[in-house]
Amino acid sequence: MAPVLVLWLAVCLSVTWAVDRGNFKTCDQSAFCKRQRALKPAESPYRALLETMELTNTRLTLQLINDNNKVRLLLELYRLQGNMTRVKINELKPLKPRYEVPDVLIREPPTEPLSLLSQDENGVVLSLGAESQRVIVSARPFRLDIMEGRDVLMSLNSRGLLAFEHLRMRKDTFSYKVTSTVASVWDNIKRVFSSQVEPEAEKKEEGDPANQSETTKEEEEKVEDGMWEETFKSHSDSKPNGPSAVSLDFSLPGVEHVYGIPEHADTLRLKTTDNGDPYRLYNLDVFQYELYNPMALYGAVPVMLAHNAQRTTGIFWLNAAETWVDISSNTAGKTVFGKMLDYVQGSSETPQTDVRWISESGIIDVFIMLGPTPNDVFSQYASLTGTQSFPPLAAVGYHQCRWNYNDQEDVTSVDAGFDEHDIPYDYIWLDIEHTDGKRYFTWDPHKFATPKEMLQGLMDKKRKMVAIVDPHIKVDSNYKIHNEIRSRGFYIKNKDGGDYEGWCWPGSAGYPDFTRADMREWWASMFAYDQYEGSMENLYTWNDMNEPSVFNGPEVTMHKDAVHGAWEHRDVHNLYGFYVQMATAEGLIQRSGGVERPFVLTRAFFAGSQRYGAVWTGDNAAEWEHLKISIPMCLSLGLVGISFCGADVGGFFKSPSTELLVRWYQTGAYQPFFRAHAHLDTPRREPWLFGPENTALIREAVRQRYALLPYWYQQFYHAHRTGQPIMRPLWVEYPQDPATFALDDEFLIGRDLLVHPVTEEGARGVTAYLPGKGEVWFDVQTFQKHNGAQNLYIPVTMSSIPVFQRGGSIIPKKIRVRRASSCMMHDPYTLYVALNPQRTAEGKLYIDDGHTFNYEKKEFIHRRLSFTNNILSSVNLAPDAQFTTQSWIERIVILGASKPSTVTLKTADGKESQLEFDFDASMSVLTLRKPGMNAGVDWNVMLQ
Amino acid sequence: MMCCQYILLLLLLGVSGGVSAVEVQRPRGVPLSKRQFYEEDKPFTCLDGSRNIPFDRVNDDYCDCQDGSDEPGTAACPNGSFHCTNAGFRPGFIPSSRINDGICDCCDTTDEYNSGAACQNTCRELGRKERESLQKMAEIAKEGFLLKQQLIQEAKRGLEDKKAKYADVQLSKNEFEKRVEALRTVKETAEQPEKEAKERHLKAWEDQKAVIQMEKDKARKAEVFLELDDDADGFVSVAELLSHSELDPDSDVSFTEAEAQGLLGGVDKVDAVAFESVWINIKEKYISEANADSPAPVETPLAEMRDNESEQYPEEDIPDDEEDDDEEDEDDDPDDDYKSPPTMQTQEKKDDEDEGTMPPYDQETQNLIDAAQKARDAFDEAERALREVDDQIKNLEKEISFDFGPTAEFAYLYSQCYELTSSEYIYRLCPFNRVSQKPKYGGSETNLGTWGQWAGPEDNPYSIMKYEHGTGCWQGPNRSTTIKLTCGKETVLTSTSEPSRCEYLMEFTSPAVCQEPSSLDSVLHEHEEL
Repeated sequence: MAPVLVLWLAVCLSVTWAVDRGNFKTCDQSAFCKRQRALKPAESPYRALLETMELTNTRLTLQLINDNNKVRLLLELYRLQGNMTRVKINELKPLKPRYEVPDVLIREPPTEPLSLLSQDENGVVLSLGAESQRVIVSARPFRLDIMEGRDVLMSLNSRGLLAFEHLRMRKDTFSYKVTSTVASVWDNIKRVFSSQVEPEAEKKEEGDPANQSETTKEEEEKVEDGMWEETFKSHSDSKPNGPSAVSLDFSLPGVEHVYGIPEHADTLRLKTTDNGDPYRLYNLDVFQYELYNPMALYGAVPVMLAHNAQRTTGIFWLNAAETWVDISSNTAGKTVFGKMLDYVQGSSETPQTDVRWISESGIIDVFIMLGPTPNDVFSQYASLTGTQSFPPLAAVGYHQCRWNYNDQEDVTSVDAGFDEHDIPYDYIWLDIEHTDGKRYFTWDPHKFATPKEMLQGLMDKKRKMVAIVDPHIKVDSNYKIHNEIRSRGFYIKNKDGGDYEGWCWPGSAGYPDFTRADMREWWASMFAYDQYEGSMENLYTWNDMNEPSVFNGPEVTMHKDAVHGAWEHRDVHNLYGFYVQMATAEGLIQRSGGVERPFVLTRAFFAGSQRYGAVWTGDNAAEWEHLKISIPMCLSLGLVGISFCGADVGGFFKSPSTELLVRWYQTGAYQPFFRAHAHLDTPRREPWLFGPENTALIREAVRQRYALLPYWYQQFYHAHRTGQPIMRPLWVEYPQDPATFALDDEFLIGRDLLVHPVTEEGARGVTAYLPGKGEVWFDVQTFQKHNGAQNLYIPVTMSSIPVFQRGGSIIPKKIRVRRASSCMMHDPYTLYVALNPQRTAEGKLYIDDGHTFNYEKKEFIHRRLSFTNNILSSVNLAPDAQFTTQSWIERIVILGASKPSTVTLKTADGKESQLEFDFDASMSVLTLRKPGMNAGVDWNVMLQ
Repeated sequence: MMCCQYILLLLLLGVSGGVSAVEVQRPRGVPLSKRQFYEEDKPFTCLDGSRNIPFDRVNDDYCDCQDGSDEPGTAACPNGSFHCTNAGFRPGFIPSSRINDGICDCCDTTDEYNSGAACQNTCRELGRKERESLQKMAEIAKEGFLLKQQLIQEAKRGLEDKKAKYADVQLSKNEFEKRVEALRTVKETAEQPEKEAKERHLKAWEDQKAVIQMEKDKARKAEVFLELDDDADGFVSVAELLSHSELDPDSDVSFTEAEAQGLLGGVDKVDAVAFESVWINIKEKYISEANADSPAPVETPLAEMRDNESEQYPEEDIPDDEEDDDEEDEDDDPDDDYKSPPTMQTQEKKDDEDEGTMPPYDQETQNLIDAAQKARDAFDEAERALREVDDQIKNLEKEISFDFGPTAEFAYLYSQCYELTSSEYIYRLCPFNRVSQKPKYGGSETNLGTWGQWAGPEDNPYSIMKYEHGTGCWQGPNRSTTIKLTCGKETVLTSTSEPSRCEYLMEFTSPAVCQEPSSLDSVLHEHEEL
């Protein structure tokens, strides 16, 4: 949802359908961004003081000095396990501590020894282990280069944009005493004056070291606008700590493609920002966001991936303050012809992408992930911030949401509607109207008078519910939650020390300080069945508005000078939503005594949020472009660890055409988080409201999802184990094929399914790129075989969802689709074996109880299925794991097969039996009838 | 009590006993009607004829037939269906995906034969309840249908009355028209002399006013001359004129001597006689020295302010229906358009500062005016009466031709309103007119739609009413309401809901919807089929 109430007024004045850009800052309106961006590439004023270098077994430290103001910084350099380098820069002696982001890293990253290779007065060379990888620290000016052999992989401060605004005392000057308006005029005059004297001062400094302190003083007095106070619209930011921004540039030689830094409504491949604003990372509740621009949205993950055909690397900028990322490229302006010309002429200029990160406060703490493969980067990043939480199986099913299902009767009738129209679903959702006056953890006494009765009704059908719990708490002395938080002093404070109050759904609201561990513990305890009245074990949670959204705050969020204990909101802003989801997920775990897996959806997020549940792309609109953008938005999230991603099916604002709704279901069915949602003011759009034909199309899309649940679930398990994205860009699996680098209208699920949803209105066909020279792909509907490394035109009708299975893969499905995922628990599997040209295939089968943490206690089945030499076999991948299943193998479909004369099943006990089969010569599809063996045991099937 | 239960039980036993007597062995999930296709020891032909399979593959938990017909009793076929006998209640089909899914779907529990779900056979209970409710409904239908007959009779009578009245009114309309024409002539005849007399009177007054005006101007000229003639030498000089900067002909900053001289006709001074021609040029601008100190009246830009306000609050907020009302109101009060002559009082006030007041009409003129007014009043009265007749005719035509159902059984709802109070609102349905909602504790009424049309399915169009084009919703459609009609003895609004934002759904009972009940036995029997 969005702050409709507040923006209502704005909409009344300008009835255009789009974000009101004026509500959100541009770089120019954000004082530190403007200040930092004004610095242009030049020789860095920073110099490494090599004589201060200390090298221990785990790290190198070294002081940096800014020759302009003589402020010293401390550089720490670590070589981390798994081919990563960590670079930390802080003030050597800050006036007070600067914020370092806690709780995002899953542990202190283990280090590996750094060894000194050489040293002279120009710098030092350190070894990063065996692979001829080195870090070169240059002293004057300071820069870092990471090399492999003769290649530079990445350079830091090579453009001299390292900047570190040291904490300083506010000078009790004339300009301070006069009013701010006068002050800014005065500042301007002074700036003009000081810029005139500057060259002279520099000369003086060089010539006369004795003058140094005086010059320094002069530098410091150069107070610019917005350093000690800043206003945006009617909001002023008091900035008691003054300027504190940090900035650093990274050069990526040989790189033309960079990805990541969600959340933006933009293409998968990031664009250069030279001609506009940088990409902004600042969690905001943006009303009716616009597409294809770098404006900040609800979440922020400061992780960027860089890729070329040889290597994939990553940069993780661990900073939770407002952050801007500039991207430029030396090839960006060139036409294709220009590039070819370079090639023909043998131009020595290699392509290069330059990136620059600017954050408002905190320190520089960067993790450089050196790959070299995409999967290496994923596991490197996962080793820092953890992997996708493993959701309960049901959460991978279909979710039916709407703002709002009006009352219990409405819930019952929608639930019955799904049965009547034979459409499966697992969760029905309740938005804010279910509460008693927007007091979370309560129920509307009239509309939801007997929530347990309602939940029991759902449970009887093996279905579940999600109810919203937002982090803004109604200020109401009759509300238990508010009273508790206030009496415990858990609210965030305003700059004057009182409880911060903002305007949100309930009216005046307080915001619990989720950065406090004791607050989170208390919050988690509120989900206990005896605390959260009316809750049951099939009730799960949705955290919305946790940017946090403050309707009457600057940029619809919290004032930066609000106070979280020792820190300002400025320092922790992008972490708030992360903590809310963390505490909520913990609550759901605790209420079951640590047995059951939680499911929590969040709108705001940060690096590491993947550990706590799912995210969605916020308040989109029922427009074709929004359907299209759901693909790059979720792909970008997947690349930075957040795999459990989806967009509101149908679009949140406005009302979709029937065609758009159907196409959105077809697309959503193949994205990790599959939930339909709609705004309060839109007409109802349950799947059966658009005539029998469209009901059938939607039913079929949802059923395809359910049939594929075993594969999806396996992907989640894999993501949980490895950090690899579930929904992936093609280049992740085909890293050497440049044709895949910018594709974002199709994607892979795991390795084995390629999906090119129809996202054009009135489409008669789509052109999908099938990657892989020498590979083949099978249409999952027709079993038609297509060669890889081609653009394939696929004619489509309204029922088409172009999906292809990779030759060489084995995908398990449960084609007995039932009304909810847990009803399918014991159902048998059908294995789809798609042969590659070498006539081999491989796949996996993962089975567990679907909802508890017992898989951590080795209670699961994990098997490798492989087809080679005409033998399909199932081998245990986890012999030490224990789990039994009632599921069996009911059918094996081999695509690209030839006709055998006999098919023999051999089970572990040595028994052999002949299997009946069916061969479709036109499509070369061999179907083995009812082999019947249990899915959890060893077996062979021989084709002769 | 005991004895009644016993009898009932016997009855039920009788029913189910009868059922088990005809129960035939057949594969699980096959309805009796299809039993003949499933013959043991013979190959089974898929019901779509696509394939033959050995009989042991029927219900062997593997789907062999495209149409799912080989697995009526298992969940193996995605498109299969399972038949529950549900002895004691209605038999039915469920999708075979609900077999052994752990959820009890058939009341006889037969769908969960292998899932471990603890299902209770609830068929008898359901059967009893259904019979009870059918019985109740049948009773209601019976009584309702009787009432409906009355309504039909009433509607018939009402229609006849209306038709009769319509004929009457049509006749009387002619009378009214004639009367209007006659009175128009009378009025026009009386107005002619009135007009002439009034014009005469006005002309006389205008002439008199011109004389007064001239006198006044003359007096002022003399006064000004004296005022300007500061040195009282009997001449107004350039210097004396210069003290009045407001007379600057080009209204720039400086009022020069040359300009002043120009005003005096090129001479340095003029006497009282020559001043005559100067006065003509300056009298508009001249500010008397007596008034010069008092500030010029600030013109309050009242009109401008109003304009701004109307821009800020555009009137497009006013919902359509109110506009309709306005139109009707205008029709009702045509007299507003006639401007009666100003009364003496206002005339007096207005002319006070000017040239005095117009003297009252002389008696003769006044008599003519009174006579004309009387004729006008009479004409207006007649015209209003005619318009009323016209309205009556229109309304009657509308009512006579209105679709009140096949036998006009809904006619009694016309011009009635029914209310339902919820926790927050009072809902009001005025059939064939409009639906509205009003907050219980104060606040303005919202239009939820005006009469649109009957909107039931083709076979029963009079089961649903649609009201449309209510007050608009933010970013949404105009409000609309669907009324579902069900048979009831009384005419009551029974429920209201808003399933989708701004789309309301109400349930409304009326005997007019009741269908002739078939006998209770046949109703029950219909649902007993196996």
